Amino acid sequence: MTVMQHIWIVLGVLFVFLNIAAGLIWVERRLLAMWQDRLGPNRAGPLGLFIVLADTLKLFFKEDWIPPFADKWVFILAPAIVVASVLMGLAIVPFAPGIVVADLNVGLMFFLAMSSLGVYSIVLGGWASNNKYSLLGALRGASQMIAYEVFMGLSLMGVVMLSKSFNLTDIVAAQENMWFIVTQPVGFVIFFIAGLAETHRLPFDIPEAESELIAGFHSEYSGMKFGMFFIGEYLGISLISAMTVTLFFGGWLGPAFLPPVVWFFLKTFVFIGIFILMRASLPRPRYDQLIGYGWKLLLPLVLLNLLVTGAIALWLRS
Amino acid sequence: MSLVFYISSFVAILATIMVITRHDPIHALLYLVASFLAIAVTFLSLGAPFAAALEVIVYAGAIIVLFIFVVMMLNLGKETANQEKGWLRLRVWLGPSILVLVLLAEMIVVLLQPQPTAMPAAVVTPREVSLSLYGEYIIAVELVGFLLMTGIVGAAHIGKHKKKNLHRYLQTYPNLN
Repeated sequence: MTVMQHIWIVLGVLFVFLNIAAGLIWVERRLLAMWQDRLGPNRAGPLGLFIVLADTLKLFFKEDWIPPFADKWVFILAPAIVVASVLMGLAIVPFAPGIVVADLNVGLMFFLAMSSLGVYSIVLGGWASNNKYSLLGALRGASQMIAYEVFMGLSLMGVVMLSKSFNLTDIVAAQENMWFIVTQPVGFVIFFIAGLAETHRLPFDIPEAESELIAGFHSEYSGMKFGMFFIGEYLGISLISAMTVTLFFGGWLGPAFLPPVVWFFLKTFVFIGIFILMRASLPRPRYDQLIGYGWKLLLPLVLLNLLVTGAIALWLRS
Repeated sequence: MSLVFYISSFVAILATIMVITRHDPIHALLYLVASFLAIAVTFLSLGAPFAAALEVIVYAGAIIVLFIFVVMMLNLGKETANQEKGWLRLRVWLGPSILVLVLLAEMIVVLLQPQPTAMPAAVVTPREVSLSLYGEYIIAVELVGFLLMTGIVGAAHIGKHKKKNLHRYLQTYPNLN
Protein backbone atom coordinates (compact mmCIF):
# COMPACT_ATOMS: atom_id res chain seq x y z
CA MET A 1 0.00 0.00 0.00
CA THR A 2 1.40 3.39 -0.95
CA VAL A 3 1.74 6.34 1.39
CA MET A 4 -1.01 8.23 -0.44
CA GLN A 5 -3.47 5.36 0.05
CA HIS A 6 -2.68 5.38 3.78
CA ILE A 7 -3.32 9.10 4.01
CA TRP A 8 -6.62 8.70 2.14
CA ILE A 9 -7.75 5.96 4.52
CA VAL A 10 -6.84 8.06 7.57
CA LEU A 11 -8.67 11.10 6.19
CA GLY A 12 -11.65 8.95 5.20
CA VAL A 13 -11.99 7.40 8.65
CA LEU A 14 -11.71 10.82 10.30
CA PHE A 15 -14.27 12.34 7.95
CA VAL A 16 -16.78 9.51 8.28
CA PHE A 17 -16.60 9.17 12.05
CA LEU A 18 -16.60 12.88 12.87
CA ASN A 19 -19.68 13.21 10.68
CA ILE A 20 -21.34 10.20 12.27
CA ALA A 21 -20.66 11.72 15.69
CA ALA A 22 -22.20 15.03 14.63
CA GLY A 23 -25.14 13.31 12.94
CA LEU A 24 -25.84 11.35 16.11
CA ILE A 25 -26.96 14.61 17.75
CA TRP A 26 -29.99 14.48 15.44
CA VAL A 27 -30.38 10.68 15.42
CA GLU A 28 -30.39 10.46 19.20
CA ARG A 29 -32.95 13.25 19.68
CA ARG A 30 -35.27 11.89 17.01
CA LEU A 31 -35.07 8.33 18.31
CA LEU A 32 -35.56 9.38 21.94
CA ALA A 33 -38.54 11.47 20.85
CA MET A 34 -40.01 8.53 18.95
CA TRP A 35 -39.74 6.27 21.98
CA GLN A 36 -41.27 8.92 24.21
CA ASP A 37 -44.21 9.73 21.86
CA ARG A 38 -42.84 13.14 20.88
CA LEU A 39 -41.67 14.59 17.58
CA GLY A 40 -38.21 15.80 18.52
CA PRO A 41 -36.32 18.41 16.47
CA ASN A 42 -38.29 18.72 13.20
CA ARG A 43 -38.21 22.42 12.27
CA ALA A 44 -34.78 23.28 10.83
CA GLY A 45 -34.30 21.84 7.37
CA PRO A 46 -35.60 18.51 6.03
CA LEU A 47 -36.69 16.24 8.92
CA GLY A 48 -35.01 18.68 11.28
CA LEU A 49 -31.56 17.63 10.11
CA PHE A 50 -30.13 21.15 10.34
CA ILE A 51 -30.36 20.95 14.14
CA VAL A 52 -26.83 19.54 13.84
CA LEU A 53 -25.65 22.74 12.15
CA ALA A 54 -27.53 24.96 14.58
CA ASP A 55 -26.11 23.11 17.58
CA THR A 56 -22.55 23.19 16.28
CA LEU A 57 -22.74 26.88 15.43
CA LYS A 58 -24.12 27.61 18.87
CA LEU A 59 -21.26 25.72 20.52
CA PHE A 60 -18.69 27.57 18.40
CA PHE A 61 -20.03 31.01 19.23
CA LYS A 62 -20.54 30.54 22.96
CA GLU A 63 -18.11 32.25 25.27
CA ASP A 64 -15.21 29.90 25.89
CA TRP A 65 -14.81 30.58 29.58
CA ILE A 66 -12.06 29.29 31.84
CA PRO A 67 -12.97 29.83 35.50
CA PRO A 68 -10.35 31.87 37.39
CA PHE A 69 -10.15 29.22 40.11
CA ALA A 70 -9.41 26.41 37.63
CA ASP A 71 -6.03 24.88 36.85
CA LYS A 72 -5.78 26.48 33.41
CA TRP A 73 -3.61 24.09 31.41
CA VAL A 74 -5.07 20.87 32.75
CA PHE A 75 -8.55 22.35 32.22
CA ILE A 76 -7.73 22.91 28.53
CA LEU A 77 -6.03 19.54 28.12
CA ALA A 78 -8.87 17.38 29.52
CA PRO A 79 -11.48 17.69 26.71
CA ALA A 80 -8.83 17.04 24.06
CA ILE A 81 -7.88 13.71 25.63
CA VAL A 82 -11.30 12.11 25.24
CA VAL A 83 -11.56 12.86 21.51
CA ALA A 84 -7.92 11.98 20.82
CA SER A 85 -8.05 8.64 22.63
CA VAL A 86 -11.28 7.54 20.91
CA LEU A 87 -10.01 8.57 17.47
CA MET A 88 -6.78 6.64 18.12
CA GLY A 89 -8.91 3.63 19.05
CA LEU A 90 -10.64 3.82 15.68
CA ALA A 91 -7.27 3.34 13.98
CA ILE A 92 -7.34 -0.44 14.44
CA VAL A 93 -10.93 -1.12 13.35
CA PRO A 94 -11.01 -3.00 10.01
CA PHE A 95 -13.93 -1.62 7.98
CA ALA A 96 -13.48 -3.95 5.02
CA PRO A 97 -10.67 -6.16 3.71
CA GLY A 98 -7.70 -3.78 3.35
CA ILE A 99 -9.49 -0.70 4.70
CA VAL A 100 -7.84 -0.27 8.09
CA VAL A 101 -5.57 2.51 9.31
CA ALA A 102 -3.14 0.34 11.31
CA ASP A 103 -3.23 -3.44 10.98
CA LEU A 104 -1.40 -4.03 14.27
CA ASN A 105 -0.69 -7.55 15.51
CA VAL A 106 -1.66 -6.35 18.99
CA GLY A 107 -4.71 -4.47 17.69
CA LEU A 108 -7.05 -5.55 20.48
CA MET A 109 -4.54 -4.54 23.16
CA PHE A 110 -4.16 -1.17 21.43
CA PHE A 111 -7.92 -0.65 21.62
CA LEU A 112 -7.92 -1.50 25.34
CA ALA A 113 -4.95 0.82 25.93
CA MET A 114 -6.69 3.74 24.21
CA SER A 115 -9.96 3.18 26.04
CA SER A 116 -8.06 3.08 29.34
CA LEU A 117 -6.42 6.44 28.53
CA GLY A 118 -9.87 7.95 28.00
CA VAL A 119 -10.46 8.00 31.76
CA TYR A 120 -7.96 10.87 32.10
CA SER A 121 -10.36 13.30 30.43
CA ILE A 122 -12.95 12.77 33.18
CA VAL A 123 -10.47 12.70 36.04
CA LEU A 124 -8.47 15.73 34.94
CA GLY A 125 -11.50 17.70 33.80
CA GLY A 126 -13.20 17.16 37.13
CA TRP A 127 -10.12 17.95 39.16
CA ALA A 128 -9.02 21.01 37.18
CA SER A 129 -12.49 22.60 37.44
CA ASN A 130 -11.86 23.00 41.18
CA ASN A 131 -15.55 22.56 41.92
CA LYS A 132 -16.89 20.03 44.41
CA TYR A 133 -19.55 18.61 42.08
CA SER A 134 -17.00 18.21 39.33
CA LEU A 135 -14.61 16.51 41.73
CA LEU A 136 -17.33 14.08 42.88
CA GLY A 137 -18.09 13.29 39.26
CA ALA A 138 -14.42 12.74 38.54
CA LEU A 139 -14.02 10.38 41.52
CA ARG A 140 -17.04 8.37 40.40
CA GLY A 141 -15.84 8.32 36.81
CA ALA A 142 -12.38 7.11 37.76
CA SER A 143 -13.57 4.19 39.87
CA GLN A 144 -16.30 3.22 37.41
CA MET A 145 -14.03 3.23 34.40
CA ILE A 146 -11.14 1.44 36.09
CA ALA A 147 -13.49 -1.28 37.34
CA TYR A 148 -15.24 -1.82 34.01
CA GLU A 149 -11.97 -1.79 32.06
CA VAL A 150 -11.10 -5.04 33.80
CA PHE A 151 -14.27 -6.78 32.63
CA MET A 152 -13.95 -5.31 29.18
CA GLY A 153 -10.47 -6.76 28.77
CA LEU A 154 -11.38 -10.15 30.25
CA SER A 155 -14.60 -10.51 28.24
CA LEU A 156 -12.59 -10.20 25.02
CA MET A 157 -10.08 -12.90 25.93
CA GLY A 158 -12.59 -15.60 24.96
CA VAL A 159 -12.64 -14.16 21.44
CA VAL A 160 -8.84 -14.12 21.42
CA MET A 161 -8.77 -17.78 22.50
CA LEU A 162 -11.12 -18.84 19.69
CA SER A 163 -9.47 -16.79 16.94
CA LYS A 164 -5.91 -17.30 18.30
CA SER A 165 -4.97 -13.72 17.48
CA PHE A 166 -5.03 -10.15 18.78
CA ASN A 167 -5.18 -8.86 15.21
CA LEU A 168 -8.68 -7.62 14.37
CA THR A 169 -8.47 -8.58 10.70
CA ASP A 170 -7.68 -12.16 11.76
CA ILE A 171 -10.52 -12.06 14.29
CA VAL A 172 -13.00 -11.08 11.59
CA ALA A 173 -11.58 -13.72 9.24
CA ALA A 174 -12.02 -16.35 11.99
CA GLN A 175 -15.77 -15.61 11.98
CA GLU A 176 -16.16 -16.70 8.34
CA ASN A 177 -18.16 -19.79 9.35
CA MET A 178 -19.78 -18.68 12.57
CA TRP A 179 -20.01 -15.28 14.28
CA PHE A 180 -18.55 -15.18 17.77
CA ILE A 181 -21.93 -14.10 19.19
CA VAL A 182 -22.92 -17.77 18.89
CA THR A 183 -19.89 -19.14 20.73
CA GLN A 184 -19.29 -16.20 23.09
CA PRO A 185 -22.72 -14.88 24.13
CA VAL A 186 -21.62 -14.18 27.70
CA GLY A 187 -18.52 -12.36 26.45
CA PHE A 188 -20.70 -10.22 24.19
CA VAL A 189 -23.14 -9.22 26.94
CA ILE A 190 -20.36 -8.31 29.36
CA PHE A 191 -18.42 -6.42 26.67
CA PHE A 192 -21.52 -4.42 25.82
CA ILE A 193 -22.26 -3.57 29.46
CA ALA A 194 -18.62 -2.62 30.01
CA GLY A 195 -18.76 -0.53 26.83
CA LEU A 196 -21.77 1.36 28.21
CA ALA A 197 -19.85 2.02 31.42
CA GLU A 198 -16.66 3.03 29.57
CA THR A 199 -18.48 5.59 27.45
CA HIS A 200 -20.40 6.61 30.61
CA ARG A 201 -23.68 6.63 28.72
CA LEU A 202 -27.03 6.29 30.39
CA PRO A 203 -27.90 4.17 32.37
CA PHE A 204 -24.27 4.36 33.56
CA ASP A 205 -23.78 8.12 33.29
CA ILE A 206 -23.00 8.30 36.99
CA PRO A 207 -20.00 10.69 36.62
CA GLU A 208 -22.35 13.37 35.27
CA ALA A 209 -25.67 12.35 36.88
CA GLU A 210 -27.43 15.67 36.37
CA SER A 211 -30.01 15.14 39.10
CA GLU A 212 -27.29 14.81 41.74
CA LEU A 213 -24.15 16.54 40.44
CA ILE A 214 -25.44 19.30 38.10
CA ALA A 215 -23.37 18.01 35.18
CA GLY A 216 -20.62 16.21 37.06
CA PHE A 217 -17.12 16.47 35.69
CA HIS A 218 -18.02 18.98 32.96
CA SER A 219 -20.09 21.41 35.05
CA GLU A 220 -17.59 24.24 34.52
CA TYR A 221 -17.07 23.70 30.79
CA SER A 222 -18.66 25.84 28.12
CA GLY A 223 -18.38 26.52 24.41
CA MET A 224 -16.32 24.18 22.27
CA LYS A 225 -14.56 22.63 25.28
CA PHE A 226 -17.92 21.25 26.37
CA GLY A 227 -18.48 20.39 22.71
CA MET A 228 -15.39 18.17 22.82
CA PHE A 229 -16.82 16.13 25.70
CA PHE A 230 -20.11 16.00 23.81
CA ILE A 231 -18.59 14.82 20.53
CA GLY A 232 -16.21 12.50 22.41
CA GLU A 233 -19.20 10.71 23.91
CA TYR A 234 -20.77 10.14 20.49
CA LEU A 235 -17.44 9.04 19.06
CA GLY A 236 -17.13 6.63 21.99
CA ILE A 237 -20.54 5.14 21.16
CA SER A 238 -19.51 4.71 17.53
CA LEU A 239 -16.21 3.10 18.56
CA ILE A 240 -17.82 0.63 20.96
CA SER A 241 -20.50 -0.24 18.37
CA ALA A 242 -17.85 -0.73 15.68
CA MET A 243 -15.80 -2.93 18.02
CA THR A 244 -18.87 -4.99 19.00
CA VAL A 245 -19.57 -5.61 15.32
CA THR A 246 -15.94 -6.49 14.60
CA LEU A 247 -15.52 -8.82 17.55
CA PHE A 248 -18.87 -10.59 17.81
CA PHE A 249 -20.93 -9.93 14.67
CA GLY A 250 -18.52 -10.77 11.88
CA GLY A 251 -17.33 -7.25 11.00
CA TRP A 252 -17.64 -6.72 7.27
CA LEU A 253 -18.87 -10.28 6.59
CA GLY A 254 -22.33 -10.61 5.06
CA PRO A 255 -24.18 -11.83 1.95
CA ALA A 256 -22.53 -10.66 -1.26
CA PHE A 257 -25.31 -8.41 -2.60
CA LEU A 258 -23.96 -5.47 -0.59
CA PRO A 259 -20.29 -4.39 -0.40
CA PRO A 260 -18.45 -5.25 2.87
CA VAL A 261 -18.20 -1.61 4.04
CA VAL A 262 -21.97 -1.23 3.80
CA TRP A 263 -22.49 -4.36 5.90
CA PHE A 264 -20.07 -3.03 8.49
CA PHE A 265 -21.82 0.32 8.85
CA LEU A 266 -25.32 -1.22 8.79
CA LYS A 267 -24.42 -3.45 11.73
CA THR A 268 -22.70 -0.56 13.52
CA PHE A 269 -25.81 1.60 13.24
CA VAL A 270 -27.94 -1.16 14.75
CA PHE A 271 -25.73 -1.08 17.85
CA ILE A 272 -25.72 2.71 17.99
CA GLY A 273 -29.51 2.42 17.99
CA ILE A 274 -29.37 -0.05 20.88
CA PHE A 275 -27.13 2.40 22.82
CA ILE A 276 -29.81 5.07 22.39
CA LEU A 277 -32.60 2.64 23.28
CA MET A 278 -30.75 1.85 26.52
CA ARG A 279 -30.80 5.54 27.35
CA ALA A 280 -34.48 5.81 26.57
CA SER A 281 -35.57 2.81 28.58
CA LEU A 282 -33.40 2.26 31.65
CA PRO A 283 -33.13 4.23 34.92
CA ARG A 284 -29.77 5.17 36.38
CA PRO A 285 -28.54 2.77 39.12
CA ARG A 286 -27.11 4.01 42.38
CA TYR A 287 -23.34 4.39 42.45
CA ASP A 288 -22.63 1.54 44.91
CA GLN A 289 -25.05 -0.70 42.99
CA LEU A 290 -23.04 -0.14 39.82
CA ILE A 291 -19.70 -0.99 41.41
CA GLY A 292 -21.12 -3.94 43.38
CA TYR A 293 -22.80 -5.28 40.23
CA GLY A 294 -19.47 -5.12 38.44
CA TRP A 295 -17.25 -6.80 41.00
CA LYS A 296 -19.75 -9.27 42.46
CA LEU A 297 -21.61 -10.41 39.36
CA LEU A 298 -19.71 -9.55 36.18
CA LEU A 299 -16.23 -10.51 37.40
CA PRO A 300 -17.11 -14.09 38.46
CA LEU A 301 -19.22 -14.49 35.32
CA VAL A 302 -16.44 -13.35 33.01
CA LEU A 303 -13.88 -15.59 34.72
CA LEU A 304 -16.26 -18.54 34.41
CA ASN A 305 -16.73 -17.72 30.74
CA LEU A 306 -12.94 -17.77 30.26
CA LEU A 307 -12.62 -21.09 32.09
CA VAL A 308 -15.36 -22.79 30.07
CA THR A 309 -14.10 -21.37 26.76
CA GLY A 310 -10.57 -22.54 27.54
CA ALA A 311 -11.76 -26.01 28.55
CA ILE A 312 -13.84 -26.44 25.39
CA ALA A 313 -11.03 -25.12 23.18
CA LEU A 314 -8.63 -27.67 24.74
CA TRP A 315 -11.19 -30.48 24.47
CA LEU A 316 -11.81 -29.75 20.79
CA ARG A 317 -8.10 -29.76 20.06
CA SER A 318 -7.38 -33.12 21.70
CA MET B 1 13.50 2.56 14.02
CA SER B 2 16.52 3.73 15.99
CA LEU B 3 15.56 7.40 15.48
CA VAL B 4 12.17 6.63 17.05
CA PHE B 5 13.99 4.93 19.90
CA TYR B 6 16.25 7.92 20.58
CA ILE B 7 13.45 10.47 20.39
CA SER B 8 11.15 8.52 22.72
CA SER B 9 13.95 7.84 25.20
CA PHE B 10 14.79 11.54 25.23
CA VAL B 11 11.13 12.38 25.88
CA ALA B 12 11.02 9.78 28.66
CA ILE B 13 14.10 11.25 30.39
CA LEU B 14 12.82 14.81 30.04
CA ALA B 15 9.37 13.85 31.37
CA THR B 16 10.91 12.03 34.32
CA ILE B 17 13.02 15.06 35.23
CA MET B 18 9.85 17.15 35.11
CA VAL B 19 8.14 14.64 37.45
CA ILE B 20 10.80 15.26 40.06
CA THR B 21 10.90 19.03 39.76
CA ARG B 22 7.14 19.83 39.68
CA HIS B 23 5.66 21.23 42.89
CA ASP B 24 2.03 20.38 42.16
CA PRO B 25 1.52 16.61 42.63
CA ILE B 26 -1.07 16.33 39.83
CA HIS B 27 1.23 18.01 37.33
CA ALA B 28 4.03 15.68 38.41
CA LEU B 29 1.75 12.67 37.83
CA LEU B 30 0.79 13.98 34.39
CA TYR B 31 4.46 14.10 33.45
CA LEU B 32 4.77 10.56 34.79
CA VAL B 33 2.02 9.50 32.36
CA ALA B 34 3.95 11.15 29.53
CA SER B 35 7.05 9.28 30.67
CA PHE B 36 5.21 5.92 30.64
CA LEU B 37 3.83 6.61 27.18
CA ALA B 38 7.33 7.44 25.96
CA ILE B 39 8.63 4.19 27.45
CA ALA B 40 5.84 2.32 25.65
CA VAL B 41 7.03 3.82 22.35
CA THR B 42 10.57 2.77 23.26
CA PHE B 43 9.37 -0.81 23.74
CA LEU B 44 7.58 -0.63 20.41
CA SER B 45 10.72 0.53 18.62
CA LEU B 46 12.64 -2.38 20.17
CA GLY B 47 10.14 -4.86 18.70
CA ALA B 48 8.01 -5.60 21.76
CA PRO B 49 4.48 -4.39 20.86
CA PHE B 50 2.86 -6.57 23.53
CA ALA B 51 4.96 -5.06 26.32
CA ALA B 52 4.22 -1.60 24.92
CA ALA B 53 0.47 -2.19 25.01
CA LEU B 54 0.66 -3.58 28.54
CA GLU B 55 2.72 -0.58 29.66
CA VAL B 56 -0.06 1.74 28.50
CA ILE B 57 -2.95 -0.38 29.81
CA VAL B 58 -1.48 -1.20 33.22
CA TYR B 59 0.76 1.73 34.13
CA ALA B 60 -0.56 4.74 32.24
CA GLY B 61 -4.19 3.61 32.16
CA ALA B 62 -4.72 2.12 35.61
CA ILE B 63 -2.00 2.66 38.19
CA ILE B 64 -1.44 6.38 37.60
CA VAL B 65 -5.20 6.92 37.48
CA LEU B 66 -5.37 5.43 40.98
CA PHE B 67 -2.50 7.71 42.08
CA ILE B 68 -4.37 10.74 40.75
CA PHE B 69 -7.53 9.43 42.42
CA VAL B 70 -5.82 9.38 45.81
CA VAL B 71 -4.19 12.79 45.34
CA MET B 72 -7.57 14.22 44.35
CA MET B 73 -9.26 12.79 47.41
CA LEU B 74 -6.58 14.18 49.73
CA ASN B 75 -7.12 17.59 48.10
CA LEU B 76 -3.58 18.80 48.67
CA GLY B 77 -3.51 22.55 48.33
CA LYS B 78 -0.98 25.34 48.35
CA GLU B 79 0.74 24.09 51.53
CA THR B 80 1.88 20.87 49.91
CA ALA B 81 3.26 22.75 46.93
CA ASN B 82 5.21 25.01 49.31
CA GLN B 83 6.42 21.98 51.25
CA GLU B 84 7.61 20.42 47.99
CA LYS B 85 9.41 23.64 47.15
CA GLY B 86 11.19 23.47 50.49
CA TRP B 87 12.31 19.92 49.77
CA LEU B 88 13.91 20.80 46.45
CA ARG B 89 16.83 22.78 47.91
CA LEU B 90 20.31 22.47 46.49
CA ARG B 91 21.56 20.53 49.53
CA VAL B 92 18.92 17.84 49.01
CA TRP B 93 19.40 17.07 45.34
CA LEU B 94 23.14 17.69 45.05
CA GLY B 95 24.26 14.35 46.58
CA PRO B 96 22.02 12.02 44.50
CA SER B 97 22.81 13.99 41.36
CA ILE B 98 26.58 13.55 41.81
CA LEU B 99 26.11 9.79 42.31
CA VAL B 100 23.90 9.56 39.20
CA LEU B 101 26.44 11.55 37.19
CA VAL B 102 29.10 8.99 38.15
CA LEU B 103 26.81 6.24 36.83
CA LEU B 104 26.21 8.25 33.65
CA ALA B 105 29.96 8.61 33.09
CA GLU B 106 30.38 4.87 33.56
CA MET B 107 27.57 4.15 31.09
CA ILE B 108 29.15 6.43 28.49
CA VAL B 109 32.45 4.60 28.91
CA VAL B 110 30.70 1.23 28.48
CA LEU B 111 28.83 2.44 25.39
CA LEU B 112 32.07 3.70 23.85
CA GLN B 113 33.65 0.23 23.98
CA PRO B 114 34.17 -1.04 20.43
CA GLN B 115 31.54 -3.78 20.54
CA PRO B 116 28.68 -4.29 18.10
CA THR B 117 25.66 -2.80 19.84
CA ALA B 118 23.03 -3.21 17.15
CA MET B 119 19.50 -3.22 18.50
CA PRO B 120 17.63 -6.51 18.21
CA ALA B 121 15.17 -6.05 15.37
CA ALA B 122 13.12 -9.22 15.90
CA VAL B 123 9.50 -8.58 16.81
CA VAL B 124 8.26 -10.56 19.83
CA THR B 125 4.68 -11.66 19.16
CA PRO B 126 2.01 -11.92 21.88
CA ARG B 127 2.04 -15.71 21.40
CA GLU B 128 5.72 -15.96 22.36
CA VAL B 129 5.22 -13.73 25.40
CA SER B 130 2.28 -15.84 26.61
CA LEU B 131 4.08 -19.14 26.02
CA SER B 132 7.12 -18.03 28.02
CA LEU B 133 4.91 -16.58 30.78
CA TYR B 134 2.94 -19.81 31.18
CA GLY B 135 5.89 -22.11 30.45
CA GLU B 136 9.30 -20.92 31.57
CA TYR B 137 8.14 -18.35 34.13
CA ILE B 138 5.05 -20.11 35.48
CA ILE B 139 6.39 -20.10 39.07
CA ALA B 140 6.98 -16.35 38.98
CA VAL B 141 3.47 -15.79 37.60
CA GLU B 142 1.93 -17.88 40.35
CA LEU B 143 3.99 -16.15 43.05
CA VAL B 144 2.81 -12.77 41.77
CA GLY B 145 -0.72 -14.17 41.97
CA PHE B 146 -0.17 -15.01 45.65
CA LEU B 147 1.20 -11.54 46.31
CA LEU B 148 -1.79 -9.83 44.68
CA MET B 149 -4.17 -12.11 46.59
CA THR B 150 -2.59 -10.93 49.86
CA GLY B 151 -3.32 -7.36 48.87
CA ILE B 152 -6.94 -8.19 48.04
CA VAL B 153 -7.46 -10.04 51.34
CA GLY B 154 -5.96 -7.09 53.24
CA ALA B 155 -8.17 -4.59 51.44
CA ALA B 156 -11.26 -6.73 52.02
CA HIS B 157 -10.41 -6.96 55.73
CA ILE B 158 -10.00 -3.20 56.07
CA GLY B 159 -13.14 -2.47 54.10
CA LYS B 160 -15.35 -4.98 55.91
CA HIS B 161 -16.36 -3.03 59.01
CA LYS B 162 -20.08 -2.48 59.25
CA LYS B 163 -21.63 0.97 59.21
CA LYS B 164 -22.94 1.94 62.65
CA ASN B 165 -24.71 5.26 62.01
CA LEU B 166 -27.44 4.47 59.55
CA HIS B 167 -29.64 6.87 57.66
CA ARG B 168 -33.12 7.06 59.21
CA TYR B 169 -34.57 5.43 56.11
CA LEU B 170 -32.35 2.39 56.60
CA GLN B 171 -33.16 2.31 60.33
CA THR B 172 -36.83 1.92 59.43
CA TYR B 173 -36.17 -0.72 56.77
CA PRO B 174 -33.04 -2.53 58.02
CA ASN B 175 -33.24 -5.35 55.47
CA LEU B 176 -32.54 -2.90 52.64
CA ASN B 177 -28.98 -2.39 53.78
